[in-house]
Amino acid sequence: MLIANDITKHFPGDAGPVIVLDRVSFRIDSGETVALTGESGSGKSTLLHIVAGLEPADQGEVTILDRPLSGLGDKARAAIRRETLGIVFQQFNLIPSLTVQGNIAFQARLAGQYDPAWTARLTECLGLKDHESKYPEALSGGQQQRVAIGRALAGRPALVLADEPTGNLDEDTATAVMDLLVELAAETDAAVLMVTHSDKLASRMSRRLHLSHGRLKA
Amino acid sequence: MTRTVLVALLGHWRRRPVQFVTLILGLALATALWSGVQAINAEARQSYDRAAAAVGGDGAAYLTGPNGTALAFGDYVALRKAGWRVAPLMEGWVETPNGRVRLLGFDPLTPPPASAAAVAVLSGNADGFLDGEGQLLAHPTTADRLSGAPGLPPVRPVEALAPGLAFADITIAARLLETTDLTRLILLPAQPLRRPALADVLPLAERRTRETAEDLGRLTDSFHLNLTAFGLLSFAVGLFIVNGAIGLAFEQRRPLFRTLRAIGVPGSTLVVLLAVELLLFALVAGAIGIALGYLIAAVLLPDVAATLRGLYGATVEGALTLSPVWWLGGLAVAVLGTAVAGAQALWKLARLPVLAGAQPRAWARVSRSERWRQAALAAGLAIIAVVLALSGGGLLAGFALLGTLLIAAALALPPVLAGALALGASFARRPLTEWFWADTRQQLPGLSLALMALLLALAANIGVGTMVQSFRATFTGWLDQRLASEIYVSLEDAADLPRLETFLDGRVSAILPIWDTERDVLGAPAEIFGVVDHPTYRDNWPMLDAVPDVWGTLFATPSVLINEQLARREDLGPGDSLPLPDGPPVTIAGIYSDYGNPRGQVIIDNTRLLQRFDDIDQRRFGLRVASEAVGPLRDDLIEDFGLPPDNIVDQAALKAFSLEVFERTFAVTGALNVLTLGVAGLAILTSLLTLAAMRLPQLAPVWAMGLTRKRLAGLEMLRALLLAVLTFLAAIPVGLVLAWVLLAVINVDAFGWRLPMLLFPKDWISLLILSLLAAGLAALWPALRLARIPPADLIRVFAHER
Repeated sequence: MLIANDITKHFPGDAGPVIVLDRVSFRIDSGETVALTGESGSGKSTLLHIVAGLEPADQGEVTILDRPLSGLGDKARAAIRRETLGIVFQQFNLIPSLTVQGNIAFQARLAGQYDPAWTARLTECLGLKDHESKYPEALSGGQQQRVAIGRALAGRPALVLADEPTGNLDEDTATAVMDLLVELAAETDAAVLMVTHSDKLASRMSRRLHLSHGRLKA
Repeated sequence: MTRTVLVALLGHWRRRPVQFVTLILGLALATALWSGVQAINAEARQSYDRAAAAVGGDGAAYLTGPNGTALAFGDYVALRKAGWRVAPLMEGWVETPNGRVRLLGFDPLTPPPASAAAVAVLSGNADGFLDGEGQLLAHPTTADRLSGAPGLPPVRPVEALAPGLAFADITIAARLLETTDLTRLILLPAQPLRRPALADVLPLAERRTRETAEDLGRLTDSFHLNLTAFGLLSFAVGLFIVNGAIGLAFEQRRPLFRTLRAIGVPGSTLVVLLAVELLLFALVAGAIGIALGYLIAAVLLPDVAATLRGLYGATVEGALTLSPVWWLGGLAVAVLGTAVAGAQALWKLARLPVLAGAQPRAWARVSRSERWRQAALAAGLAIIAVVLALSGGGLLAGFALLGTLLIAAALALPPVLAGALALGASFARRPLTEWFWADTRQQLPGLSLALMALLLALAANIGVGTMVQSFRATFTGWLDQRLASEIYVSLEDAADLPRLETFLDGRVSAILPIWDTERDVLGAPAEIFGVVDHPTYRDNWPMLDAVPDVWGTLFATPSVLINEQLARREDLGPGDSLPLPDGPPVTIAGIYSDYGNPRGQVIIDNTRLLQRFDDIDQRRFGLRVASEAVGPLRDDLIEDFGLPPDNIVDQAALKAFSLEVFERTFAVTGALNVLTLGVAGLAILTSLLTLAAMRLPQLAPVWAMGLTRKRLAGLEMLRALLLAVLTFLAAIPVGLVLAWVLLAVINVDAFGWRLPMLLFPKDWISLLILSLLAAGLAALWPALRLARIPPADLIRVFAHER
């Protein structure tokens, strides 16, 4: 489903380019849940952004559903994100001008993959039924993150990418939100790649990738 | 500590140069337009004052013959013998190759009080002025026109004199004007106590107060008030920009304030230092604004001078001479404007809890209750405007009505736009369009100040444009009616009339006398014209109101026609009686439109004119002739009859001249319109640039979900254009009400005549295109920046706390 092969990325530094990812390769199959861990600055978020096609790699190749991202233009990469991926950000990044329901359905409708019954079920499962017509600013942090998860899953994506999705939540809420993400992703056979600092959350995933100084450790 | 804190505060602007430029530019433009207009007004007023001071101080009392006619030299001698202290004044026109110049003759030994010309004579070498062929004194620009004119004495340029006037010793003036009559005798301030009553010395003489700078000022007040209103509007539009920039900088620096307060900087010190910072900016921007204002005034002044000459006959120099007061005034306005724009931010800072968090996004939001408050305030102001429209009178009330109306419209705009966007959203079916409408609605508070500025600029454009176009259409039609004769001639001597009649026999279909005199009618100077019974008048004369068979009545009974100005000023109508000098009262048979004339005018049957008045100038005539014969007849009149070319004016030339005066009159208004629209465009640009940084957190997720940066940039452009269109639609009714106020309230008070209001939707389309261009250009830069923004900048949104 996802193949990352020999991914390398540099960032400019005061004393010349700094290597952030050094020939990183891995593979994730459908339905698999993978935790990406590592110390701060190890390149986790950068790897996630490259996998999402938000940022190009300097070297190496990412293939999603047999489609290599390299060589694709902005438009084609945007289409892959829209139709294949669901992304959950640490800061929730909801659209403030849309209601809870509008936010959840937004990407699915954009991709032409909107399924009202599935969206309703997601809303129900995420405990947002009573908040459907509210705007993000009226929700708590946990509620906002659940909306973000609903949005990521509403289009039944093949791959869910989550960048420390519970980083802003307390431990109990984080666990509950995480369980919901894994559970709902399983219903659609979506693969999940989640960046996290938390060993506890990582242990709930089927596999763990650990990045250290830009390299994957077993 | 003070220096350290100030450096920390100013560091904000180093990191945000665009915001800094926005602030300085907004304030500089606001100051520029305001100071420019003030410079023009100051220059004009200075010219009026000079004109008044040239022949005597403001409000000097004087004596004339009955109904303002001239006095004989013997009357002057009689008064002097009786002990009255008077200064004789003789007025007339001298012809030069460069046009006519008004000549004033006075006696330098008994000069009019506070006369600039007398001061010039007495303080310099008086010999040339009094001796031999004499000397003319004139402003340098007028001196240039006079020099080289045949038969005139040498001209001495004097800077302090009003342009358009020449001064000479009274004996020299008598020779040049070929008269010994005195136009007036100015009463000197100190009169002997035991002097005989005026009625005993000169029973028919009348005591009057000079038409002074005050009178000219009153006439031109409306024009200057118009300019001031425009300047104020532009200033307000500029302040919108400044207010936005200061407000945002305040919110962005809240964490810095918090830190500074936490480490021991007193709140009061912070407020004072921020005020100092604003003062510095105000002085810098003020200086730039004054320089720009000077340029604007220098560019516009020739047109303003032409306008004032065309409308009121007031002479204003075409060059700027500005006093230090103006420069200081400009700086004061910049400081005051900054204080107004920054007061809210400083007030908030003074009351800010030490640990208050930053809310840069809250700056761009507004609560629903606030929107309702704004709508309620707008409704309240609209009610006041209606009350003013129904009950108010006078120019100031008219402008108060305009101000209230415009503020109400500006305040009502955000709720109206929010409603329109909600309506648009209700029709949206696709997710992107739904988001587009909802997001546009969300951006509204951040853009509303700029959109209000755009509304004001567009409404002013529509309003003033409607007025000018209505004026143009009416004026052109009116000119066609009034200037019906194909050729206008002026004889050198009235005794040449029989020869002219013989010469024209068989060549023209009619010779229409244009004979007139000037008299006081109901206490104010008025022109009295005589007309003969001819279809030229019956078919063409533009009547506003009249008795049935008005022309029959005019020629059969002792009646007159009066112009709209006189009718409105004295509240007269057809059938009313009008006291007319030198005879019994007459009945008003009709009222006609007489655009562009500030004075009252009366039309009477030509025979009655000659019977009633004995000083009629009988030299001018209108000739009716087939249009193809105009050129040959003109040539014959010059070559065969011997009329000087200057004494013949054909209708086309006269119309062209009148229209040229008209066009120049409104050239200034047009220029200010464009400038105001430009400032509004800048307000949109600065708002969009300011919002652009805050927009990233809202746009980045949409980008991450699969919309390209180009598409997002396109939508941002579309949003700006949509808001411009909606604002334009809102501006149409506001502009039309504005036009109505200008035509039905302000013009009537200012000029004495009312114009019909005509609509010109084609002009609105050009304005719409112009406003789309302004909004599009303003949105282009932020949109291009978004289209080219490095993905890393968008990704950063997901990684950092905002």
